[in-house]
Amino acid sequence: MSESLELKVKLGLDVFKPASEPHIKIRQGMEKNLRLKPALQICPAGLYSENEKGEIVLTIDGCLECGTCRLVCGPDILDWNYPPGGTGVQYRFG
Amino acid sequence: MDKLDVIIVGAGLAGLGAAYTLAASGLDVLVLERGDYPGAKNMTGGRLYLNPVRNLFPDLFGNAPIERFITHEGISLISKERSVTLHYSGNEFRDEPHHSCSILRSKFDRWLSERVEEKGVAILSKIRVDNVIKDNGKITGVLAGTDELRADIVLACDGVLSLVSEKAGLRAPGVPGNFALGIKEVIALDSGVINERFNLEGNEGAARLFVGEVTQGKFGGGFLYTNKESVSLGIVVGIEDAASDSPPGEVPPLLDAFKKRPEIAPLISGGSTVEYSAHIIPEGGFKAMGNLYGNGILVAGDAAGLALNVGFTVRGMEFALASGHFAAQTVMKAKAVGNFDAPTLSIYRRLLEDSFVLKDLRNFQETPAVVGNPRFFNHYPELIGAIMKDIYSVPADPKERLYPTIRKNLTLSELWAVFMDLKGVMKI
Repeated sequence: MSESLELKVKLGLDVFKPASEPHIKIRQGMEKNLRLKPALQICPAGLYSENEKGEIVLTIDGCLECGTCRLVCGPDILDWNYPPGGTGVQYRFG
Repeated sequence: MDKLDVIIVGAGLAGLGAAYTLAASGLDVLVLERGDYPGAKNMTGGRLYLNPVRNLFPDLFGNAPIERFITHEGISLISKERSVTLHYSGNEFRDEPHHSCSILRSKFDRWLSERVEEKGVAILSKIRVDNVIKDNGKITGVLAGTDELRADIVLACDGVLSLVSEKAGLRAPGVPGNFALGIKEVIALDSGVINERFNLEGNEGAARLFVGEVTQGKFGGGFLYTNKESVSLGIVVGIEDAASDSPPGEVPPLLDAFKKRPEIAPLISGGSTVEYSAHIIPEGGFKAMGNLYGNGILVAGDAAGLALNVGFTVRGMEFALASGHFAAQTVMKAKAVGNFDAPTLSIYRRLLEDSFVLKDLRNFQETPAVVGNPRFFNHYPELIGAIMKDIYSVPADPKERLYPTIRKNLTLSELWAVFMDLKGVMKI
Protein backbone atom coordinates (compact mmCIF):
# COMPACT_ATOMS: atom_id res chain seq x y z
CA MET A 1 0.00 0.00 0.00
CA SER A 2 1.35 3.46 -0.86
CA GLU A 3 2.01 5.88 1.97
CA SER A 4 -0.84 8.22 1.02
CA LEU A 5 -3.28 5.34 0.69
CA GLU A 6 -2.22 3.95 4.05
CA LEU A 7 -2.94 7.37 5.58
CA LYS A 8 -6.36 7.57 3.91
CA VAL A 9 -7.27 4.17 5.34
CA LYS A 10 -6.30 5.37 8.83
CA LEU A 11 -8.31 8.57 8.49
CA GLY A 12 -11.23 6.44 7.33
CA LEU A 13 -11.31 4.92 10.83
CA ASP A 14 -12.06 8.27 12.45
CA VAL A 15 -15.48 9.80 12.91
CA PHE A 16 -15.84 13.08 11.03
CA LYS A 17 -18.90 15.30 10.88
CA PRO A 18 -18.88 17.50 7.81
CA ALA A 19 -19.08 21.29 7.96
CA SER A 20 -20.52 23.42 5.17
CA GLU A 21 -17.31 25.40 4.63
CA PRO A 22 -13.61 24.62 5.05
CA HIS A 23 -12.38 25.95 8.40
CA ILE A 24 -8.84 26.52 7.14
CA LYS A 25 -8.14 28.42 3.95
CA ILE A 26 -4.94 29.47 2.24
CA ARG A 27 -5.22 33.25 2.05
CA GLN A 28 -5.61 34.63 -1.45
CA GLY A 29 -2.30 35.27 -3.21
CA MET A 30 -0.37 33.09 -0.73
CA GLU A 31 -0.70 29.82 -2.67
CA LYS A 32 2.95 29.84 -3.74
CA ASN A 33 4.33 31.34 -0.54
CA LEU A 34 7.40 29.46 0.64
CA ARG A 35 6.12 29.39 4.20
CA LEU A 36 3.40 26.99 3.04
CA LYS A 37 5.97 24.40 1.96
CA PRO A 38 6.56 22.78 5.36
CA ALA A 39 2.85 21.91 5.55
CA LEU A 40 3.43 19.43 2.69
CA GLN A 41 5.54 17.18 4.91
CA ILE A 42 4.27 17.94 8.40
CA CYS A 43 0.46 17.75 8.13
CA PRO A 44 -0.36 14.51 9.98
CA ALA A 45 -3.35 13.96 7.71
CA GLY A 46 -1.42 14.72 4.49
CA LEU A 47 -3.95 17.33 3.41
CA TYR A 48 -1.56 19.72 1.68
CA SER A 49 -0.35 19.04 -1.85
CA GLU A 50 1.25 20.93 -4.73
CA ASN A 51 -0.56 21.24 -8.07
CA GLU A 52 0.97 21.44 -11.54
CA LYS A 53 1.00 25.26 -11.35
CA GLY A 54 3.26 25.09 -8.30
CA GLU A 55 0.48 26.24 -6.00
CA ILE A 56 -0.13 24.56 -2.68
CA VAL A 57 -3.68 23.36 -2.22
CA LEU A 58 -5.47 22.18 0.90
CA THR A 59 -8.17 19.53 1.06
CA ILE A 60 -9.96 19.89 4.37
CA ASP A 61 -11.57 16.43 4.58
CA GLY A 62 -9.72 14.43 7.21
CA CYS A 63 -8.40 17.44 9.14
CA LEU A 64 -7.52 16.43 12.71
CA GLU A 65 -7.61 20.08 13.88
CA CYS A 66 -4.17 19.74 15.46
CA GLY A 67 -3.05 23.25 14.48
CA THR A 68 0.39 22.26 13.24
CA CYS A 69 -0.09 24.13 9.95
CA ARG A 70 -1.07 27.28 11.85
CA LEU A 71 2.20 27.07 13.77
CA VAL A 72 4.50 26.40 10.81
CA CYS A 73 2.81 28.60 8.18
CA GLY A 74 1.36 31.33 10.40
CA PRO A 75 -2.08 32.93 10.63
CA ASP A 76 -1.06 35.55 8.04
CA ILE A 77 -0.70 32.79 5.42
CA LEU A 78 -3.60 30.64 6.59
CA ASP A 79 -7.05 31.84 7.52
CA TRP A 80 -7.22 29.34 10.34
CA ASN A 81 -10.15 28.50 12.55
CA TYR A 82 -11.61 25.49 14.27
CA PRO A 83 -14.63 24.01 12.49
CA PRO A 84 -18.06 25.09 13.82
CA GLY A 85 -19.27 23.42 17.01
CA GLY A 86 -20.43 19.85 16.54
CA THR A 87 -18.52 19.35 13.28
CA GLY A 88 -15.09 18.02 12.38
CA VAL A 89 -13.28 15.09 13.95
CA GLN A 90 -14.96 13.44 16.95
CA TYR A 91 -12.56 11.12 18.73
CA ARG A 92 -14.04 7.99 20.30
CA PHE A 93 -10.81 6.98 22.06
CA GLY A 94 -8.51 10.00 22.07
CA MET B 1 -29.46 35.20 28.95
CA ASP B 2 -28.55 37.13 32.09
CA LYS B 3 -24.96 37.68 32.96
CA LEU B 4 -23.22 34.58 34.31
CA ASP B 5 -20.57 34.45 36.97
CA VAL B 6 -18.10 32.29 35.03
CA ILE B 7 -17.76 31.12 31.43
CA ILE B 8 -15.30 28.27 30.91
CA VAL B 9 -14.17 27.80 27.31
CA GLY B 10 -13.29 24.16 26.72
CA ALA B 11 -14.38 21.00 28.53
CA GLY B 12 -10.97 19.37 28.68
CA LEU B 13 -9.13 18.58 31.89
CA ALA B 14 -8.40 22.23 32.74
CA GLY B 15 -11.96 23.38 32.10
CA LEU B 16 -13.58 20.41 33.80
CA GLY B 17 -11.12 20.64 36.71
CA ALA B 18 -12.15 24.26 37.18
CA ALA B 19 -15.86 23.44 36.84
CA TYR B 20 -15.62 20.59 39.34
CA THR B 21 -14.01 22.83 41.94
CA LEU B 22 -16.42 25.70 41.23
CA ALA B 23 -19.49 23.47 41.53
CA ALA B 24 -19.58 23.83 45.31
CA SER B 25 -19.35 27.64 45.16
CA GLY B 26 -22.95 28.30 44.16
CA LEU B 27 -21.77 30.50 41.28
CA ASP B 28 -23.46 30.40 37.89
CA VAL B 29 -20.94 28.54 35.75
CA LEU B 30 -21.29 27.62 32.08
CA VAL B 31 -18.84 25.34 30.26
CA LEU B 32 -18.70 25.62 26.46
CA GLU B 33 -17.27 22.75 24.41
CA ARG B 34 -16.90 22.72 20.62
CA GLY B 35 -16.89 18.94 20.26
CA ASP B 36 -19.95 16.71 20.12
CA TYR B 37 -19.16 15.78 23.73
CA PRO B 38 -16.34 16.54 26.18
CA GLY B 39 -13.30 14.56 25.04
CA ALA B 40 -14.31 14.52 21.37
CA LYS B 41 -11.45 16.84 20.42
CA ASN B 42 -8.91 15.65 22.95
CA MET B 43 -6.02 13.29 22.67
CA THR B 44 -3.24 12.09 24.95
CA GLY B 45 -0.31 9.70 24.62
CA GLY B 46 -1.12 9.02 27.32
CA ARG B 47 -0.59 8.79 30.94
CA LEU B 48 -1.94 10.73 33.91
CA TYR B 49 0.24 11.01 37.02
CA LEU B 50 -2.17 10.87 39.93
CA ASN B 51 -0.12 11.89 42.98
CA PRO B 52 0.07 15.63 42.22
CA VAL B 53 -3.70 16.00 41.83
CA ARG B 54 -5.12 13.43 44.23
CA ASN B 55 -5.55 15.86 47.11
CA LEU B 56 -6.94 18.62 44.92
CA PHE B 57 -9.82 16.36 43.87
CA PRO B 58 -10.52 14.09 46.84
CA ASP B 59 -12.73 11.08 46.11
CA LEU B 60 -12.74 11.81 42.38
CA PHE B 61 -10.31 9.29 40.94
CA GLY B 62 -11.53 6.17 42.76
CA ASN B 63 -14.14 5.42 40.12
CA ALA B 64 -12.44 7.08 37.17
CA PRO B 65 -12.43 5.15 33.86
CA ILE B 66 -8.71 4.65 33.86
CA GLU B 67 -7.30 2.07 31.45
CA ARG B 68 -4.40 0.49 33.38
CA PHE B 69 -2.17 1.35 36.34
CA ILE B 70 1.36 1.72 35.01
CA THR B 71 3.65 -0.80 36.72
CA HIS B 72 6.25 -1.30 33.99
CA GLU B 73 8.38 1.50 32.57
CA GLY B 74 10.74 1.18 29.64
CA ILE B 75 12.96 3.45 27.60
CA SER B 76 14.66 2.35 24.40
CA LEU B 77 17.42 3.89 22.36
CA ILE B 78 16.62 2.98 18.78
CA SER B 79 19.32 3.01 16.14
CA LYS B 80 18.99 1.91 12.53
CA GLU B 81 19.79 -1.76 13.07
CA ARG B 82 19.65 -2.30 16.84
CA SER B 83 18.21 -1.01 20.07
CA VAL B 84 19.11 -0.79 23.73
CA THR B 85 16.29 -0.90 26.29
CA LEU B 86 16.14 -0.17 29.99
CA HIS B 87 13.18 -1.63 31.85
CA TYR B 88 12.10 -0.55 35.30
CA SER B 89 9.47 -1.98 37.57
CA GLY B 90 9.10 -1.51 41.32
CA ASN B 91 6.70 -2.76 43.94
CA GLU B 92 5.73 0.83 44.73
CA PHE B 93 3.95 0.93 41.36
CA ARG B 94 1.64 -1.86 42.54
CA ASP B 95 0.79 -0.13 45.80
CA GLU B 96 -2.44 1.79 46.17
CA PRO B 97 -3.13 4.58 45.61
CA HIS B 98 -1.56 4.06 42.22
CA HIS B 99 1.18 6.29 40.91
CA SER B 100 0.06 6.77 37.31
CA CYS B 101 -2.43 5.36 34.85
CA SER B 102 -3.03 5.19 31.14
CA ILE B 103 -6.20 6.88 29.95
CA LEU B 104 -8.12 7.56 26.75
CA ARG B 105 -9.39 11.12 26.72
CA SER B 106 -12.71 10.64 24.99
CA LYS B 107 -13.74 8.25 27.74
CA PHE B 108 -12.05 10.03 30.63
CA ASP B 109 -13.20 13.57 29.85
CA ARG B 110 -16.71 12.44 29.13
CA TRP B 111 -16.83 10.69 32.49
CA LEU B 112 -15.44 13.74 34.26
CA SER B 113 -17.99 15.95 32.53
CA GLU B 114 -20.76 13.74 33.92
CA ARG B 115 -19.37 14.17 37.44
CA VAL B 116 -19.31 17.94 36.87
CA GLU B 117 -22.91 17.94 35.62
CA GLU B 118 -24.01 15.85 38.61
CA LYS B 119 -22.72 18.67 40.78
CA GLY B 120 -25.02 21.07 38.97
CA VAL B 121 -22.72 22.80 36.47
CA ALA B 122 -24.09 23.27 32.94
CA ILE B 123 -21.98 22.05 30.02
CA LEU B 124 -23.02 23.00 26.50
CA SER B 125 -21.39 20.94 23.76
CA LYS B 126 -21.19 21.68 20.02
CA ILE B 127 -20.54 25.37 20.74
CA ARG B 128 -17.49 27.03 19.24
CA VAL B 129 -16.37 30.26 20.89
CA ASP B 130 -15.41 32.69 18.14
CA ASN B 131 -14.13 35.66 20.08
CA VAL B 132 -13.98 37.41 23.41
CA ILE B 133 -16.01 40.50 24.25
CA LYS B 134 -13.87 43.37 25.51
CA ASP B 135 -15.16 46.47 27.28
CA ASN B 136 -12.66 49.14 28.35
CA GLY B 137 -9.77 46.69 28.30
CA LYS B 138 -11.61 44.08 30.32
CA ILE B 139 -12.90 40.73 29.06
CA THR B 140 -16.62 40.65 29.79
CA GLY B 141 -17.76 37.60 27.87
CA VAL B 142 -17.50 35.57 24.69
CA LEU B 143 -19.05 35.49 21.24
CA ALA B 144 -20.31 32.16 19.94
CA GLY B 145 -21.83 32.61 16.51
CA THR B 146 -24.35 35.42 16.96
CA ASP B 147 -24.72 34.75 20.69
CA GLU B 148 -23.16 37.16 23.13
CA LEU B 149 -22.54 35.50 26.48
CA ARG B 150 -21.48 37.74 29.35
CA ALA B 151 -19.81 36.83 32.62
CA ASP B 152 -17.70 38.33 35.40
CA ILE B 153 -14.82 36.18 34.26
CA VAL B 154 -13.81 33.94 31.36
CA LEU B 155 -11.54 30.92 31.85
CA ALA B 156 -9.59 30.15 28.67
CA CYS B 157 -9.21 26.37 28.86
CA ASP B 158 -9.31 25.99 25.10
CA GLY B 159 -6.20 23.93 24.59
CA VAL B 160 -2.72 24.30 23.21
CA LEU B 161 -3.45 26.87 20.47
CA SER B 162 -5.71 28.93 22.79
CA LEU B 163 -7.25 31.24 20.24
CA VAL B 164 -9.23 32.69 23.17
CA SER B 165 -6.19 33.99 25.03
CA GLU B 166 -4.68 35.11 21.73
CA LYS B 167 -7.82 37.15 20.95
CA ALA B 168 -7.78 38.49 24.50
CA GLY B 169 -4.28 39.78 23.83
CA LEU B 170 -2.60 37.55 26.41
CA ARG B 171 -0.36 35.72 23.97
CA ALA B 172 0.98 35.86 20.44
CA PRO B 173 0.46 33.00 17.97
CA GLY B 174 2.74 30.09 18.92
CA VAL B 175 6.14 29.57 17.32
CA PRO B 176 7.19 26.11 16.04
CA GLY B 177 10.19 25.80 18.38
CA ASN B 178 7.95 25.67 21.45
CA PHE B 179 5.72 22.84 20.31
CA ALA B 180 5.78 19.23 19.20
CA LEU B 181 3.33 17.27 17.11
CA GLY B 182 2.03 13.96 18.44
CA ILE B 183 0.41 11.37 16.17
CA LYS B 184 -1.08 8.19 17.52
CA GLU B 185 -2.90 5.02 16.61
CA VAL B 186 -5.12 3.21 19.05
CA ILE B 187 -4.62 -0.47 18.23
CA ALA B 188 -7.22 -2.88 19.60
CA LEU B 189 -5.87 -6.07 21.19
CA ASP B 190 -7.34 -8.64 23.54
CA SER B 191 -6.54 -7.79 27.17
CA GLY B 192 -5.10 -11.28 27.76
CA VAL B 193 -2.79 -10.88 24.79
CA ILE B 194 -1.64 -7.50 26.14
CA ASN B 195 -0.90 -9.03 29.53
CA GLU B 196 1.16 -11.83 27.95
CA ARG B 197 3.11 -9.61 25.61
CA PHE B 198 3.97 -6.99 28.21
CA ASN B 199 4.42 -9.33 31.15
CA LEU B 200 1.46 -7.83 33.03
CA GLU B 201 -1.04 -9.21 35.51
CA GLY B 202 -4.66 -8.10 35.87
CA ASN B 203 -4.97 -4.37 35.38
CA GLU B 204 -1.23 -3.63 35.38
CA GLY B 205 0.03 -1.54 32.52
CA ALA B 206 3.22 -0.73 30.64
CA ALA B 207 4.59 2.59 29.42
CA ARG B 208 7.44 2.73 26.95
CA LEU B 209 9.35 5.57 25.35
CA PHE B 210 11.62 5.26 22.31
CA VAL B 211 14.32 7.70 21.22
CA GLY B 212 16.44 7.86 18.08
CA GLU B 213 15.75 6.45 14.65
CA VAL B 214 11.97 6.54 15.26
CA THR B 215 12.07 10.28 14.49
CA GLN B 216 14.97 9.91 12.05
CA GLY B 217 17.15 11.79 14.48
CA LYS B 218 14.78 14.74 14.87
CA PHE B 219 13.64 16.01 18.28
CA GLY B 220 11.02 13.69 19.69
CA GLY B 221 10.46 9.98 20.10
CA GLY B 222 8.01 7.14 20.09
CA PHE B 223 5.63 6.08 22.83
CA LEU B 224 3.56 3.07 23.71
CA TYR B 225 1.00 2.85 26.51
CA THR B 226 -1.13 -0.18 27.22
CA ASN B 227 -4.85 0.41 27.69
CA LYS B 228 -7.38 -2.18 28.85
CA GLU B 229 -8.04 -3.60 25.42
CA SER B 230 -5.78 -1.59 23.17
CA VAL B 231 -2.37 -0.02 22.98
CA SER B 232 -1.75 3.65 22.23
CA LEU B 233 1.22 3.78 19.87
CA GLY B 234 2.59 7.01 18.53
CA ILE B 235 5.34 9.41 17.59
CA VAL B 236 6.10 12.87 18.91
CA VAL B 237 8.26 15.12 16.77
CA GLY B 238 9.36 18.71 17.36
CA ILE B 239 7.53 20.99 14.95
CA GLU B 240 10.59 23.05 14.10
CA ASP B 241 12.58 19.90 13.26
CA ALA B 242 9.69 18.25 11.45
CA ALA B 243 9.12 21.34 9.31
CA SER B 244 12.78 21.55 8.37
CA ASP B 245 13.87 20.22 4.99
CA SER B 246 17.19 18.91 6.27
CA PRO B 247 16.55 16.09 6.09
CA PRO B 248 13.18 16.29 4.34
CA GLY B 249 10.63 13.67 5.25
CA GLU B 250 6.92 13.45 5.82
CA VAL B 251 5.69 12.96 9.36
CA PRO B 252 2.88 10.37 8.93
CA PRO B 253 5.18 7.61 7.52
CA LEU B 254 7.34 7.84 10.68
CA LEU B 255 4.57 6.07 12.56
CA ASP B 256 4.22 3.38 9.90
CA ALA B 257 7.97 2.75 9.99
CA PHE B 258 7.85 2.65 13.81
CA LYS B 259 5.11 -0.01 13.68
CA LYS B 260 7.31 -2.17 11.45
CA ARG B 261 10.34 -2.01 13.78
CA PRO B 262 11.27 -5.42 15.25
CA GLU B 263 10.91 -3.88 18.74
CA ILE B 264 7.26 -2.99 18.04
CA ALA B 265 5.82 -5.30 15.36
CA PRO B 266 5.47 -8.40 17.58
CA LEU B 267 3.80 -6.33 20.31
CA ILE B 268 0.98 -5.17 18.06
CA SER B 269 0.76 -8.21 15.79
CA GLY B 270 -2.84 -9.23 15.12
CA GLY B 271 -4.13 -5.93 16.49
CA SER B 272 -6.35 -3.66 14.45
CA THR B 273 -6.10 0.10 14.40
CA VAL B 274 -9.37 1.67 15.50
CA GLU B 275 -8.44 5.36 15.53
CA TYR B 276 -5.77 7.73 14.24
CA SER B 277 -5.29 11.05 15.99
CA ALA B 278 -2.98 14.05 16.08
CA HIS B 279 -2.42 16.87 18.54
CA ILE B 280 0.09 19.56 19.45
CA ILE B 281 2.03 19.46 22.72
CA PRO B 282 3.57 22.46 24.50
CA GLU B 283 7.32 21.77 24.85
CA GLY B 284 8.73 25.17 25.76
CA GLY B 285 8.16 24.83 29.51
CA PHE B 286 8.43 27.73 31.94
CA LYS B 287 10.17 30.12 29.55
CA ALA B 288 7.53 29.73 26.84
CA MET B 289 4.47 30.25 29.05
CA GLY B 290 2.01 32.93 28.01
CA ASN B 291 0.28 35.33 30.38
CA LEU B 292 -1.75 33.44 32.95
CA TYR B 293 -4.29 36.19 33.59
CA GLY B 294 -5.63 39.52 32.42
CA ASN B 295 -8.59 41.75 33.26
CA GLY B 296 -11.56 39.37 33.50
CA ILE B 297 -9.71 36.30 32.22
CA LEU B 298 -7.60 33.37 33.45
CA VAL B 299 -5.75 30.83 31.28
CA ALA B 300 -5.28 27.19 32.35
CA GLY B 301 -3.87 23.90 31.08
CA ASP B 302 -2.27 23.53 27.64
CA ALA B 303 -3.71 26.97 26.80
CA ALA B 304 -1.18 28.43 29.24
CA GLY B 305 1.60 26.10 28.03
CA LEU B 306 1.60 24.09 31.26
CA ALA B 307 3.36 20.87 30.25
CA LEU B 308 6.71 19.35 31.11
CA ASN B 309 8.82 16.83 29.20
CA VAL B 310 11.82 15.64 31.22
CA GLY B 311 12.69 12.76 28.91
CA PHE B 312 11.73 9.94 31.26
CA THR B 313 8.48 11.56 32.37
CA VAL B 314 6.18 13.41 29.99
CA ARG B 315 3.51 15.36 31.82
CA GLY B 316 0.65 17.68 31.00
CA MET B 317 -2.72 16.44 32.10
CA GLU B 318 -2.14 16.81 35.83
CA PHE B 319 -0.99 20.38 35.18
CA ALA B 320 -4.28 20.98 33.39
CA LEU B 321 -6.40 19.54 36.20
CA ALA B 322 -4.45 21.43 38.88
CA SER B 323 -4.38 24.76 37.07
CA GLY B 324 -8.13 24.45 36.50
CA HIS B 325 -8.56 23.84 40.21
CA PHE B 326 -6.46 26.89 41.14
CA ALA B 327 -8.26 29.03 38.55
CA ALA B 328 -11.52 28.06 40.27
CA GLN B 329 -10.13 29.02 43.67
CA THR B 330 -9.03 32.35 42.22
CA VAL B 331 -12.53 32.97 40.86
CA MET B 332 -14.05 32.33 44.29
CA LYS B 333 -11.60 34.71 45.97
CA ALA B 334 -12.21 37.37 43.32
CA LYS B 335 -15.97 36.95 43.69
CA ALA B 336 -15.66 37.41 47.44
CA VAL B 337 -14.08 40.83 46.93
CA GLY B 338 -16.25 41.60 43.89
CA ASN B 339 -13.30 42.47 41.69
CA PHE B 340 -12.08 40.62 38.58
CA ASP B 341 -9.33 42.92 37.37
CA ALA B 342 -5.80 41.70 36.70
CA PRO B 343 -4.25 42.76 40.05
CA THR B 344 -6.92 40.78 41.92
CA LEU B 345 -6.56 37.81 39.57
CA SER B 346 -2.81 37.73 40.16
CA ILE B 347 -3.75 35.46 43.10
CA TYR B 348 -3.87 32.76 40.42
CA ARG B 349 -0.18 33.12 39.66
CA ARG B 350 0.61 32.92 43.37
CA LEU B 351 -1.48 29.80 43.85
CA LEU B 352 0.31 28.17 40.92
CA GLU B 353 3.71 29.31 42.22
CA ASP B 354 2.94 27.72 45.60
CA SER B 355 1.89 24.43 43.99
CA PHE B 356 3.72 21.76 42.02
CA VAL B 357 2.53 23.42 38.79
CA LEU B 358 4.95 26.33 38.66
CA LYS B 359 7.43 24.81 41.12
CA ASP B 360 8.02 21.91 38.73
CA LEU B 361 7.97 24.10 35.62
CA ARG B 362 10.42 26.54 37.22
CA ASN B 363 12.72 23.80 38.54
CA PHE B 364 12.88 22.16 35.15
CA GLN B 365 13.02 25.34 33.08
CA GLU B 366 16.39 24.40 31.53
CA THR B 367 15.01 21.04 30.43
CA PRO B 368 13.64 22.01 27.00
CA ALA B 369 17.08 23.24 25.94
CA VAL B 370 18.79 20.14 27.36
CA VAL B 371 16.43 17.48 26.03
CA GLY B 372 16.42 19.39 22.74
CA ASN B 373 20.11 18.49 22.27
CA PRO B 374 20.08 16.82 18.81
CA ARG B 375 22.79 14.35 19.88
CA PHE B 376 20.25 12.57 22.09
CA PHE B 377 18.20 11.79 18.99
CA ASN B 378 20.75 11.31 16.23
CA HIS B 379 24.01 10.30 17.91
CA TYR B 380 23.72 8.50 21.26
CA PRO B 381 21.30 5.78 20.10
CA GLU B 382 23.79 4.80 17.38
CA LEU B 383 26.82 5.12 19.68
CA ILE B 384 25.39 3.11 22.55
CA GLY B 385 23.99 0.55 20.11
CA ALA B 386 27.45 0.17 18.56
CA ILE B 387 29.08 -0.37 21.97
CA MET B 388 26.49 -2.99 22.95
CA LYS B 389 26.95 -4.74 19.61
CA ASP B 390 30.69 -5.06 20.21
CA ILE B 391 30.16 -6.20 23.81
CA TYR B 392 27.74 -8.95 22.81
CA SER B 393 29.45 -10.20 19.67
CA VAL B 394 31.59 -13.34 19.79
CA PRO B 395 33.73 -13.32 16.65
CA ALA B 396 35.45 -16.27 14.97
CA ASP B 397 38.76 -14.66 15.89
CA PRO B 398 39.82 -14.20 19.54
CA LYS B 399 37.58 -11.65 21.29
CA GLU B 400 39.08 -8.35 22.36
CA ARG B 401 39.13 -7.42 26.04
CA LEU B 402 36.13 -5.47 27.30
CA TYR B 403 37.79 -2.12 28.02
CA PRO B 404 39.43 -1.69 24.58
CA THR B 405 36.13 -2.81 23.04
CA ILE B 406 34.31 0.10 24.66
CA ARG B 407 37.15 2.61 24.22
CA LYS B 408 37.25 1.87 20.48
CA ASN B 409 33.89 3.67 20.22
CA LEU B 410 34.80 6.42 22.67
CA THR B 411 37.60 8.51 21.21
CA LEU B 412 38.92 11.43 23.22
CA SER B 413 36.84 13.94 21.28
CA GLU B 414 33.79 11.72 21.80
CA LEU B 415 34.46 11.56 25.53
CA TRP B 416 34.78 15.33 25.64
CA ALA B 417 31.45 15.73 23.82
CA VAL B 418 29.80 13.28 26.23
CA PHE B 419 31.21 15.26 29.16
CA MET B 420 29.78 18.51 27.76
CA ASP B 421 26.38 16.92 27.17
CA LEU B 422 26.35 15.55 30.72
CA LYS B 423 27.15 19.02 31.99
CA GLY B 424 23.94 20.12 30.28
CA VAL B 425 22.01 17.24 31.81
CA MET B 426 23.18 18.37 35.27
CA LYS B 427 21.09 21.53 34.84
CA ILE B 428 17.92 19.44 34.96
